Amino acid sequence: MTDKNHTIHSIKDLPSTHLLGTGTPMCSGCGALEAVHQIYDILGKKTVFVNAAGCMTLLSVYPFTPFRGSWLYTAMASAPAGAQGVRDALDILLQQNRIEQDEDLEVVVLTGDGAAYGMGLSATSGTMERKLDYIYICYDNEGYGNTGQQYSGATPHAARTSTSQGVSGFAGYKKNLFDIWVAHKPAYVATVIGADPLDLAKKIEKARSIEGPRMILALSPCPTGWDYDPRETVNIGRLAVKTGVWPLKEYVDGQLVHTRIPRQRVPVEEYLKLQGRFSHLFEPERNEALLAEIQAKVDAYWEKVPAQEK
Amino acid sequence: MKRTLLTGNGAAAWGARLAAVDYVPAFPITPQTEIIETLADWIDAGEMAGRLVTMESEHSMITAAGGAAATGVRVFSATSSQGLLYAMEMLYTVSGWRAPFVLTNVSRGLSSPITLEPDHNDILAARDSGFLQIHCASCQEVLDSTLMAYRLAEDERVRLPVIVNLDGFYLSFTREPVEIPDADAARQFVGSFDAENIRFRASAPESQAVAVLGGGPYSYFRYETHLAAMNGLAVYDEIAEEFSECFGRKHEAVEAYKTDDADYLFVMMGSFATKAREAVDRLREEGWAIGLLRPRLLRPLPAARLQQLLAGRKGVAVIDQNISMGMGGVLHSELASVLYGRNDAPPVLASFIGGLGGRDISTEEFFEMAQALRQAVKLGQAPPPRLLYTETELREVRKLQAIAQVERSTLST
Repeated sequence: MTDKNHTIHSIKDLPSTHLLGTGTPMCSGCGALEAVHQIYDILGKKTVFVNAAGCMTLLSVYPFTPFRGSWLYTAMASAPAGAQGVRDALDILLQQNRIEQDEDLEVVVLTGDGAAYGMGLSATSGTMERKLDYIYICYDNEGYGNTGQQYSGATPHAARTSTSQGVSGFAGYKKNLFDIWVAHKPAYVATVIGADPLDLAKKIEKARSIEGPRMILALSPCPTGWDYDPRETVNIGRLAVKTGVWPLKEYVDGQLVHTRIPRQRVPVEEYLKLQGRFSHLFEPERNEALLAEIQAKVDAYWEKVPAQEK
Repeated sequence: MKRTLLTGNGAAAWGARLAAVDYVPAFPITPQTEIIETLADWIDAGEMAGRLVTMESEHSMITAAGGAAATGVRVFSATSSQGLLYAMEMLYTVSGWRAPFVLTNVSRGLSSPITLEPDHNDILAARDSGFLQIHCASCQEVLDSTLMAYRLAEDERVRLPVIVNLDGFYLSFTREPVEIPDADAARQFVGSFDAENIRFRASAPESQAVAVLGGGPYSYFRYETHLAAMNGLAVYDEIAEEFSECFGRKHEAVEAYKTDDADYLFVMMGSFATKAREAVDRLREEGWAIGLLRPRLLRPLPAARLQQLLAGRKGVAVIDQNISMGMGGVLHSELASVLYGRNDAPPVLASFIGGLGGRDISTEEFFEMAQALRQAVKLGQAPPPRLLYTETELREVRKLQAIAQVERSTLST
């Protein structure tokens, strides 16, 4: 592809300097901030980030902001509705020639999994059914991270959280938010991860060139919530992809495509054993049944991926 | 200017139309729905510019309203009862954005038990939200107050959203003759919305509604909002004066009816106050020196005006169409706090609660309240708060309970 909307083909095409300012109060090794940095480099400052309550709310604390563009904090449940109001207002102003075309902004929702998988789902669904022209970014650290990692609808099976401390960890299963979004037939849906910057950049660039609801789900390794050394964030992110735990994929024009196929999948325990939230699967003794169950789930997912993709 | 029969809901819709609103995030709820249906019809027919978007909840509706107002367009929305409460988090939130818009609330009693008919617990739950409140007693007032509300909300000294309140059924579905102002005159009165620095533009990045750390900055912004609301008192009076000059109708912050020589006063809000007005006329025929005060503006509370109007009376009966569980009438508490410690305060401030869930307040009951008030003044002691309810009503409820018992025992045999 050579059109101006698609300029990122290799790692060399990625921006070498970051647009988002430094000195934010995020934890060191924050996988969500890693992804937001990269996303912001692509989207740029002609944006208004409409934020839902979560870790990233602390990016902008009066009177400072790391954003070069605009920001609106809303509440936990209704950031997409805030985006609706801002987008509609900008459209009205453009339509009535009350602002110039170059004053327009890309409206971007920034929300955690706590809101996206739970109380914000209704508002998100509403924007998709209304075909709202906006980008939606969920940084998914698989629990209510900002309050100390209680389990949420995004928490994976067996993970220990501050509200699932038992020997088997979280009894539930991670909700399939990707498919819930796809069922709405929005313009674009993609999974990304900060540990694969090229895949992420291509997807954000593609999202930017499309109109309508564009939904991004970013798995966000969380040193404090997942209990690992912050230096491991990139490594854990890469393992999430290599083990097949986090499939990188996109839905566009009604088609689902995997953008990275881990042909020789690394065993999931390589991913799990680096994280304290899964340590009860290995110590004091290996929980073979649970490990096998988690591996089987991942295998079953990839078995269903059509042969022509692999 | 034309005079036509309009429901309260129709009058609210006309207010929004004449204010040339740009954007209407909406969600249906009885008894408000007719407002958004009317606006949708006008927009679809091309009779009115603007965009209406039906959201998936009132919580989202108020968020979208705030978001659009914060981007710099003129916004109108409407809700009622459970809808207002479902949106409550966002009422408190968007008022702090200082992005002005107008919300119509059609008052309806709150669950439980669920009901459709009016009282004021819904709107009073929003009392401390930062929205200013105008309470209406006629369909004309609904239209006029909507136009005034935009001026109040958008004034640079205020910059806060405003709720215009009307009672479900009694106003929402009742047709009254209403003068619809000429569109040009209305537009000239309301003016165009200048978003000033509250907006989002590519050339002027803005962070709005950001988090604060600590009580210092938090208190700063909360006090700023309070002081802006207080500015609303003087601004309201200016607007009311100007409205009167333009359209010949004066809507004071507090309506005073036959109060000049009154020893006794009723105090009531909303459309039920028209029942009190009728009772005042009847009581005066019987020789009573009695009048009625009706606060139209509840936030900001016109405390000085109320103190002045209440000063020197022998006795005042506050009739609350709401109930704060474990305390009583909200308006009674507000007036008590306004009057406390003043030498000229009426010695008796009696509290009555009535009109819950649309329950009627009969002329006989107004007579009874007046008698109780006079008796209390004679004794020099305020009576305990009274909950208006008749023996007949209690008997009716007992009858329903008996039917329920019979039905249950029939089913179980």
